Amino acid sequence: MAAHSYAHAKKIYVGVLAALLVLTVVTVIAAGINFGSPSVNVVVALAIATAKASLVALFFMHLLYDSRLNALIFLLGAVMLAIFLIFILLDVEARDTVRPSTLRPPAAAAAPAPQPTEPAPR
Amino acid sequence: MSHSAAPTEHVHEPFLQHHFAEPAQQVDAAKIGMWLFLVTEVLLFGGLFVGYGIMHGKHPEAFASAHHHLDRTLGALNTIVLLVSSFTMVMAVAAAQAGKRRHLINYLIATLSLAGVFLLIKYFEYSHKIHEGMLPGGLYSYKGEAVPGEFMFFSFYFMMTGLHGLHVVAGMIAIGWVLRRAVRGDFSERYFTPVDLVGLYWHLVDMIWIYLFPLLYLIS
Repeated sequence: MAAHSYAHAKKIYVGVLAALLVLTVVTVIAAGINFGSPSVNVVVALAIATAKASLVALFFMHLLYDSRLNALIFLLGAVMLAIFLIFILLDVEARDTVRPSTLRPPAAAAAPAPQPTEPAPR
Repeated sequence: MSHSAAPTEHVHEPFLQHHFAEPAQQVDAAKIGMWLFLVTEVLLFGGLFVGYGIMHGKHPEAFASAHHHLDRTLGALNTIVLLVSSFTMVMAVAAAQAGKRRHLINYLIATLSLAGVFLLIKYFEYSHKIHEGMLPGGLYSYKGEAVPGEFMFFSFYFMMTGLHGLHVVAGMIAIGWVLRRAVRGDFSERYFTPVDLVGLYWHLVDMIWIYLFPLLYLIS
């Protein structure tokens, strides 16, 4: 923020805060809309949250004006987390439907007993 | 090495550690260190987010049903409180940079108070849920589950908001420390790195809540 005066910086920050509050209202409204499937709603909620987080990182955390190295460090962390999350969720989603043809069902399921679905929690 | 005509570049800065060539280098190093630390924080919470994603994916009905026990209004209120506290924190940094000590102190006090409000609201939410017996693990004694498996949602709720709450407390301690130093007059236009770094930490705490709020309070 070195290039900006105190008063100018304040104007920018007030604007960012207003945008963050508006986006908060948008999230609450979006949660009440049915986008067709619950997972679409989660994606919409995460997209809005990411927009808010980006505003915080770029302006409040000065990444827009700061050394690019700091942004790179943070982005790398976020990308690693995204890989972690996306691949695990893909696995969870696909595990029961997509099986390699060589994979046999578990021994218990092969037995005449009705195939066990997920163990009931508790 | 003549001492005579050398422009006395080396003004003694009391805050400059001897292993740095100049203040700017010291600031850069401090910031890189802080960002690396923040990344470890992101990954710490990341594990919980991934666990939440797996369990939510496997038991969507239980999660959707359980989340009705959370008070959406209080959650939204706390979101607003944290966002405003982020604003006052960044204004504290700007005030420090501009050398406005009075503003710096006031904005730090405002941030500290908002953090207190956040924890107070959290306290009301927690005491209600603890009263109903929704604590995780062996402490769970809630009998009114509409869908089996709701206990899992509350485990994530308490672990994620609890860890976040601990970060809020740590942030308050850090802000209190910076406030004390600001009152003592340690900071100036030339040196305000601690304010800057504590600000970064506080914004990260805010950022994590930005994700927690829709995931925990707004499941459809």
